[in-house]
Amino acid sequence: MSAPAVHSLWTTTAADSIGSIPSPHIEYGQLSPVLIVAGVAMLGVLFEAFLPRKARYHSQVILAVLGLAAAFAVVVALAADGYGSASKAHIAAEGAVAVDGPALFLQGVILLTAIVAVFTFAERRLDPAAGSHRVDSFAAEAAAVPGSDAEKDATRAGFTTTEVFPLLMFAVAGMLVFPAANDLLTLFVALEVFSLPLYLLCAVARRKRLMSQEAAVKYFLLGAFSSAFLLFGIALLYGYAGTVTYAGIADVVDGTVRNVDPALAGTMGNDALLLIGGGMLLTGLLFKVGAVPFHMWTPDVYQGAPTPVTGFMAAATKVAAFGALLRLLYVVLPGMTWDWRPVMWGVAIITMVGGAIVAITQTDIKRLLAYSSIAHAGFLLAGVIAASPDGISSVLFYLVVYSFVTLGAFAVVTLVRDAGGEATHLSKWAGLGRRSPLVAAVFAIFLLAFAGIPLTSGFSGKFAVFKAAAAGGAVPLVVIGVIASAIAAFFYIRVIVLMFFSEPRADGPTVAVPSPLTMVTIGVGVAVVLVFGIAPQYFLDLASQAGTFAR
Amino acid sequence: MSFPFLTVTAALPAAGAIVTAAVPAARRTAAKWTALLFSIATLALAAVVVVKFDPGGSGPFQLTESHTWIKDFGVSYDLGVDGIGVALLALTALLIPFVILAGWHDADVLEGAEPNRRWRPTQGFFALILAVEAMVILSFEATDVFLFYLLFEAMLIPMYFLIGGFGDRAHAGGDEAAATQRSYAAVKFLLYNLVGGLIMLAAVIGVYVVAGTFSLTDIAHLRASGDLSMATSTERWLFLGFFFAFAVKAPLWPVHTWLPNAMGESTAPVAVLITAVVDKVGTFAMLRFCLQLFPEASKWATPVILVLALISIVYGALLAVGQRDIKRLIAYASISHFGFIIMGIFAMTSQGQSGATLYMVNHGISTAALMLVAGFLISRRGSRLISDYGGVQKVAPVLAGTFLIGGLATLSLPGLSPFVSEFLVLVGTFSRYPVIGIIATIGIVLAALYVLVLYQRTMTGPVKATVQGMPDLKVRELVVVAPLIALLIFLGVYPKPLTDIVNPAVHQTMSQVDQTDPHPQLEASR
Repeated sequence: MSAPAVHSLWTTTAADSIGSIPSPHIEYGQLSPVLIVAGVAMLGVLFEAFLPRKARYHSQVILAVLGLAAAFAVVVALAADGYGSASKAHIAAEGAVAVDGPALFLQGVILLTAIVAVFTFAERRLDPAAGSHRVDSFAAEAAAVPGSDAEKDATRAGFTTTEVFPLLMFAVAGMLVFPAANDLLTLFVALEVFSLPLYLLCAVARRKRLMSQEAAVKYFLLGAFSSAFLLFGIALLYGYAGTVTYAGIADVVDGTVRNVDPALAGTMGNDALLLIGGGMLLTGLLFKVGAVPFHMWTPDVYQGAPTPVTGFMAAATKVAAFGALLRLLYVVLPGMTWDWRPVMWGVAIITMVGGAIVAITQTDIKRLLAYSSIAHAGFLLAGVIAASPDGISSVLFYLVVYSFVTLGAFAVVTLVRDAGGEATHLSKWAGLGRRSPLVAAVFAIFLLAFAGIPLTSGFSGKFAVFKAAAAGGAVPLVVIGVIASAIAAFFYIRVIVLMFFSEPRADGPTVAVPSPLTMVTIGVGVAVVLVFGIAPQYFLDLASQAGTFAR
Repeated sequence: MSFPFLTVTAALPAAGAIVTAAVPAARRTAAKWTALLFSIATLALAAVVVVKFDPGGSGPFQLTESHTWIKDFGVSYDLGVDGIGVALLALTALLIPFVILAGWHDADVLEGAEPNRRWRPTQGFFALILAVEAMVILSFEATDVFLFYLLFEAMLIPMYFLIGGFGDRAHAGGDEAAATQRSYAAVKFLLYNLVGGLIMLAAVIGVYVVAGTFSLTDIAHLRASGDLSMATSTERWLFLGFFFAFAVKAPLWPVHTWLPNAMGESTAPVAVLITAVVDKVGTFAMLRFCLQLFPEASKWATPVILVLALISIVYGALLAVGQRDIKRLIAYASISHFGFIIMGIFAMTSQGQSGATLYMVNHGISTAALMLVAGFLISRRGSRLISDYGGVQKVAPVLAGTFLIGGLATLSLPGLSPFVSEFLVLVGTFSRYPVIGIIATIGIVLAALYVLVLYQRTMTGPVKATVQGMPDLKVRELVVVAPLIALLIFLGVYPKPLTDIVNPAVHQTMSQVDQTDPHPQLEASR
């Protein structure tokens, strides 16, 4: 029993009368972003249960957007109140959740990406209408077997899976907690809360349903596997430190723990527990991040999931998971920097190079973007490795840049369609620049941003993480990083070549005209590319102000 | 605060690009005129900059502007020009109107029968040219390493679309082969330069880690006060990172192979844009950044670079002799000439460096003249092969005459401006590295061979049937060629205006590299 909080709880109970057991002190105000989103998610479930089918879509969309916007407003208010700064940042909810700069920053990013993602979820103009009903990217009735009569009936009746909105909200609630979690159990609960809805969301594509379900099963199995790793790591670390709080473990790792009881004295010298536990924990998080060699799920899941879900997953999951990874490495294991750095070096290098090289051979645009997201995870890891305040803020900055551009790119993918739904095979994108110069130009802008061409957001982000890494002594990593960028540039450019310099195919896809919802998503992406590329100073300031973890 | 001449000079073509791109699809001619007027306005403004620039002025840079841009990266929007920058800025502003005029009909083949609201190749073509101009001008003005790097990389994108989207239609293998070759050339161009640029990015980050700032002036101050501690090995690695990028851009053997593809497959005006304008950024940056940021490492690398430059000179010339394609011939000739420029820069003598700077300007003008006339010739016959021509001087004497003058300028005939610069480069190199100077003269001999043989095969001899009735230069084409030729002759006879601007800047660079001329002193302009 090392955590002082527990001690004081016991002693006060013993001193006072039984009738006044203090309830745990929960700072509801500071936790309200999570509470709002979770509450809205539950309200969404009630809507599903009680509202007539016709009214569900609009009420769900409005509810989700309002809930996310309200939560974002609270995050901004908390940040304005000074919780982002080192002086006021603290640990809320009896040590379970941190309210500090990185947490608020990442929560803000997650909420904004979620709002944009809701827009793509709600898009109903792309798929041809089923009868008189406009439909979105999600299955008419997820429970109906693909190709069965039940499915046809559901389609004919114009059913839509409006459950995706509450599912999305649950996932967002989990993601909000994930980077803020300040003890390992909260971390695990948050992981499961955001993962389970995502597994489901992956399975509900309207087109190519078998592929979608396959993706979901793969994601679920591998995700469960990684959760098991994470949980085992938690158990080992608890065995090592006798506590699950980040601060408590960090104290034991540093050897600055105050009262050592006999049980702790017996385990805290046992580095095997710490190293294996820490390694398993990292494995679990690197899986969510999509780093090589834990990336196997990424291409299949990104390809099979409904594209709006892919976009959301690629953006928000990465933000949440990198937040948790940063907190774990910078708060729990700073005393072990010399141990985890070489490992992370290796992971970063194979992630950057592996992602970039394998991407070259891809022929499907969604798989290509999946491998590109792996390469980007590698670049982010380079910033993580810096192990400096600059490292934190550069990763925060990169995450913003990356997530909105990713959402925008996947939104463009939803527009290019043929009779079978989205035309994701690269050969079908040939000559798109002739047919729809605007869409092709926008997608080219996104690709150039991914490639990190100067004056785009991708360059600012890449420069920030590489600068932090170089200043942190990881110069070889930077050199490998720029070489990987050059390799990555090759396949981004290849798509641009295909779109602009190839003759359009006669049976090529058409570009659907989206509703303002998708246009907003794409517009936000383009705006982020340009603003963060040309005038990133304000956001760099914001990221560096938010770059201190509370302990 | 004084009027920001430099910003406006770069902003004007940028604005021109936007305006041109916005011209409605049906008004193609209006788009062309818009682009031309903007480029002429830029030229006028560049002339003002030249006049405002005081060759004897104090300080390394003049007409400076400085604004903090991205504080976290230590980046500021710092502009300023020295004599070298002014000369190249003027060259760029001068050539673009001719490029636009020469490319007047280049995008026409891409236009559909019906004006299409979305597909506007004409507007795109001229907007891209102006965008390249804006970035090149700004890169000659940038005195912040980061700002320069941004432009150095960003200008690849419009160039890429110019090469890949608006290639030469005259192709032996037909349209299909032309499209494949064009796309190959564009991708090769982009990849070579992007890899060079990304390696430079690592070095740029390294400069920041070492110096904590990107401003050339600040770094010079740090160096002067001894506060800049750069280990010898660090300096050498950073130098190599920068030099590699510039060597690809320039291009230097053995990373030159993108140039013949890019120049061969693009239309003549775009080829001029590549070799006469964009590539100059590479050689300019060697003078501005390699020598000034890493003087010790530059001296260390000099022997190897001189040998590479020598190989470029001889190899480029030899391959030019063997070409069957007119445009590829000019491309290899350019590689040979870039070898001279780089040799002049790294000879580390003031004659060599003023010669190299003059060479950049003169090569720009002479290649533009030769290439644009070659483009007119090719557009008449629809073939790039030398063997498809013969006896042109009998049917189109003016075309043949201008082609000859452009060619003679390329082989550095005395009396035409490239002679002055080539002579200076050779003298400058000889005074320090006699053997290399002597071997480099082979390049001149070979130049005479490839130019005169080209002229002989295409212009003299019996008139080939396919050349019969070939029209002579039109008014628009004459307007393009005549001023360039006039300039070649003027600067050949009287190079003083140019040397007056360039020489002080060269001495400045020489003192930064801590080099003095070997005796006996030869002064360029006297």
